[in-house]
Amino acid sequence: MTKEVFVQGNEACALGAIAAGCRFFAGYPITPSTEIAEIMSKKLPTVGGRFVQMEDEIAAVGAIIGASWGGQKVVTATSGPGFSLMQENIGYAAITETPIVIINMQRGSPSTGQPTRSAQADMMQTRWGSHGDYETISLAPSSVQECFDYTVEAFNLAEKYRCPVFVMADEIVGHMREKITIPDKIDITPRQMPEKCENYLPYDAPENSTTPMPSFASGFNIHVTGLTHDERGYPSTDDPDVHSKLVTRLCNKILKNRSDIAQIDTKYIDDAEIIVLGYGIPSRSALTAVKKARDSGLKVGYIKLGVVWPFAEELLLEYTKNAKRIIVPELNLGQVYLEVDRVLGKNAKVELVSKIGGALITPDEILDKIMEE
Amino acid sequence: MRTEIRIGGFGGQGILMCGIIIAKAASLYDHKFAVQTQSYGPEARGGASRTEVVISDQEVDYPKVDSPEIFVAMSHEAFLKYVDDVKDGAILITDPDLVDENEIIDIINKKNFKYYTSDATKQAQDTLGLKIVANIVMLGSFVKATGLISEESARKAILESVPPGTEEKNIKAFELGMDVVKKAN
Repeated sequence: MTKEVFVQGNEACALGAIAAGCRFFAGYPITPSTEIAEIMSKKLPTVGGRFVQMEDEIAAVGAIIGASWGGQKVVTATSGPGFSLMQENIGYAAITETPIVIINMQRGSPSTGQPTRSAQADMMQTRWGSHGDYETISLAPSSVQECFDYTVEAFNLAEKYRCPVFVMADEIVGHMREKITIPDKIDITPRQMPEKCENYLPYDAPENSTTPMPSFASGFNIHVTGLTHDERGYPSTDDPDVHSKLVTRLCNKILKNRSDIAQIDTKYIDDAEIIVLGYGIPSRSALTAVKKARDSGLKVGYIKLGVVWPFAEELLLEYTKNAKRIIVPELNLGQVYLEVDRVLGKNAKVELVSKIGGALITPDEILDKIMEE
Repeated sequence: MRTEIRIGGFGGQGILMCGIIIAKAASLYDHKFAVQTQSYGPEARGGASRTEVVISDQEVDYPKVDSPEIFVAMSHEAFLKYVDDVKDGAILITDPDLVDENEIIDIINKKNFKYYTSDATKQAQDTLGLKIVANIVMLGSFVKATGLISEESARKAILESVPPGTEEKNIKAFELGMDVVKKAN
């Protein structure tokens, strides 16, 4: 039966993970994500799952990668300092095509920064915090309901594309409480297992795609390595073609499917001359500002990116084709703004509304920018 | 209609629980939209702490409280720290044993507050013998003074939120709060 509960964003992430079939959490608690670890440590054992508190965050990602190869759906939760420590193993998950979900409740940064305040300043780190060319998927919830929904979606995308998927929330959404609806039926993407052991090639994937994933001890003799590998999964570190084919596919399985991965909410964009394009918690300020602007007769529209990376270039070009100005509010000094400007800046003037320090951008601050010119 | 509520006190008083119960009652049982947020930091225990709730007939877009129409103060420090951006003409409820009226009366008059008092802490201690339920006494006073959430929804939200075995005490505390709140100007 559909259930309504009144919970915190962190709790909604934990509930979403369990609803998506997650049965393994390894992590190192950190403010402002600690409640996720706390709740998972209580709930997972009651549904046949395992919770492990690790010695640090790099080990946490190591453990969830191992558990994922053991056939489990896995998650960890952290914030900036922990996210930095995880980066090496995130690259390992990317090249080994291991489905993992990482929830990052962003806080003031760099370094230990502001543990109890909000920020969105890890948005570029989430793309390429690990070394090398690779692509991953990042979602940005703006409400407690979206903490639940996007966490479920993160697990589904991780299975479909076999890559690390990030839920990039923030302190405000993590600690805010709202009513959420938990549907009785939730769409879950199961692990796609290969069929035959005979002549099995674990990395023989079609272009722009991935392959079914066996788990350890299921009869498939597989080799999993961070070294550049061929279709068999064996290291092949000298052949330029093997490397080029592998890394290009790892990127293109995400980039070429960006319109399918995209989750974009739009309001009032049909006649909009100005569009406020946001993600995560500031998009709620944006919506209030846009409604106020509409009330005073201005042609202003609203776009919210549920999935930030991969950046949905084609769809956004279409949605903003008549806009003269695009305003990007974010809780950093301008990160996603640069990508918006790269993609949409040829047709429209792209402007930033930036705030750091921990407080949320107010609707009036966005409205002031709308009123400029 | 959107209503912004701020409740301030010192860490450990159950301010946060009070805000959660109000928001829960509004959203789960009165079927309105509600968002609850809180001050969150190393100072939360002992120092001034606050919780804020937005209640609306429509979806709440901007979730933060910038100019509350209702302000509940359960400590003098919290009153002074959090009063500045409270709206002129707002409803103010204080615990008069913890907020010194003589020192704040000028602000009350200047900001034209509708001023109520509820000696929640004293009542909790003297009448119920349990100081810890002062927050629920104040909740009762809040419901009576503002009418913002229904009494029935408040009761349901209390029962759902308090630790098992303490339901009766908390409902008594709630009823006491409804009785003891006084208009003070």
